[in-house]
Amino acid sequence: MTRSSQATGVAPRQSPGAAPVAFSMAAGHVSLDGRPVLRGIDLRITAGEVVAVLGANGSGKSTLIRALLGLTPLSAGSAELYGLPPARFRDWWRIGYVPQRLSVGGGVPATVREVVASGRIARQRRLRRTSTADRSAVARALDSVGLADRAGDPVGRLSGGQQQRVLIARALAGEPETFVMDEPTAGVDAESQRHLAGTLATLVEQGKTVLLVAHELGPMAPLITRSVVLRDGRIVHDGPIAHDPMPDDGPVVLDGAAAPGEACHPHPGHEQARPHAYDVSGGPMSSGAEQ
Amino acid sequence: MIEMLQYDFMWRALIAALLVGLAAPAVGTFIVQRRLALLGDGIGHVALTGVALGFLTGTAPVLTAVGVAVLGAVAIELVRARGRTTGDVALALLFYGGIAGGVLLIGLAPGGSNSTLTSYLFGSISSVTSQDVWVIGVLAAFVLGVVAIFGRELFVLCQDEEVAKVNGLPVRFLSLLIAVTAALTVVIAMRVVGLLLVSALMVVPVATSQQVTRGFSTTMLLAMVLGVVSTVGGLTSAFYASVAPGAAIVLLALTGFVLALGVGRFVRRGRTHRAGP
Repeated sequence: MTRSSQATGVAPRQSPGAAPVAFSMAAGHVSLDGRPVLRGIDLRITAGEVVAVLGANGSGKSTLIRALLGLTPLSAGSAELYGLPPARFRDWWRIGYVPQRLSVGGGVPATVREVVASGRIARQRRLRRTSTADRSAVARALDSVGLADRAGDPVGRLSGGQQQRVLIARALAGEPETFVMDEPTAGVDAESQRHLAGTLATLVEQGKTVLLVAHELGPMAPLITRSVVLRDGRIVHDGPIAHDPMPDDGPVVLDGAAAPGEACHPHPGHEQARPHAYDVSGGPMSSGAEQ
Repeated sequence: MIEMLQYDFMWRALIAALLVGLAAPAVGTFIVQRRLALLGDGIGHVALTGVALGFLTGTAPVLTAVGVAVLGAVAIELVRARGRTTGDVALALLFYGGIAGGVLLIGLAPGGSNSTLTSYLFGSISSVTSQDVWVIGVLAAFVLGVVAIFGRELFVLCQDEEVAKVNGLPVRFLSLLIAVTAALTVVIAMRVVGLLLVSALMVVPVATSQQVTRGFSTTMLLAMVLGVVSTVGGLTSAFYASVAPGAAIVLLALTGFVLALGVGRFVRRGRTHRAGP
């Protein structure tokens, strides 16, 4: 497999070698409950790339990013964050993680502001009071997801899309270099999708690294510089998404290894037009429950 | 009110009640958020072995209870962190072991019997010695200090452990810290409400508070106020009505919960109206 060398070749926005490698995995295998979920992943993501991990339900997308972050242990192979194995990595402020959904926990309420402010934790020292810098970062994060007016509301009473925006604002508040988002668009209403695409555009403008898992990209598609398509725990495509030069020609870019029905849907509108492009799982495209 | 302040033992009891009323709901807020509401019960059972060990060895039962409760809490945390499916059963085994160990050891202690344990099971705040007050004071200061110093990190941990990990927080240390803090709280509250009712003071004020609050810190602060009102109010009414203080405290806290259920429904309805078009 020469996937990793191929991967470096497609980093379009930075000359290879200049930007540090944010994430890398070599021959990564993960098994969950004895079932192989990732089988031999080679991947390098350089700083400044905007990468979408695509694939059907159960293809291993979420597991891949969780393994890159060290949340799921590898059963074989190795993973590195900025050149260090996750267990030895210390500069966690560089990474903003947006989990799939807000964990409600035992039901103790928390306000939107409290949750967003907790995103500063990697930058705060123990025993130091909340600083002006903390407060203004939180205010900016709330503004950029359009939830400043809901800051005092309990998160439990927001809609799913708004909760997703809270999670993104929490990551934004930490002002990281790299964003890792697990299905930020799953089950999100149109308004929140637009907000999300707007936020992502700002991040791309600022040169941030973004690694996101998605079932469909929707309005985010034009911002993605590279897509990694998984199928049954293997990478079946790694390269740019064609940004729809000829809409009817279809935007799906797959290498020869992928079956025609394999999922890679940068534009949800094409599902109606081209029914054969549905993902093999046959499930609804927006159901994002994947562990 | 004046009459009861003429007694030294009531002063000691009131100080103990105040400290417990503050500390238990503060830790309880994190524990409830972590879905470990029954952790206090588990530690309480294990602490009984510690109490009996104190009688057997001639050491102050409060001190041996601290030691055994801390060990038990660490064991519970390790079991929790390992597996999910067998966690329940493993915890249950620990609870039974704690009670059985306590009963067995107290029988071996010179002059000890199950009735010796009763005052620890149900509390006997009126027999609190000044040494007890000192131990309770030090432990309460530790517990409140942990909440003040690590509160921000514990909030992230209790919200989402994986997010805490990706933020570089020392997840294992914080998990043990919260378990140990809970163990100390159990021992503090042991003399006031008894081991069987300890958990009520960690859980009920929080459950009451969250009916009417919107944020985490306000929930915790209100729970602490409710905790103090319950412990001091329960103790006072027990003094005048000659009933068991531990039971009076818990029933007062539960009454607050029932009232808050109604108030909370009313408050929420008002809010939806205002938020509506």
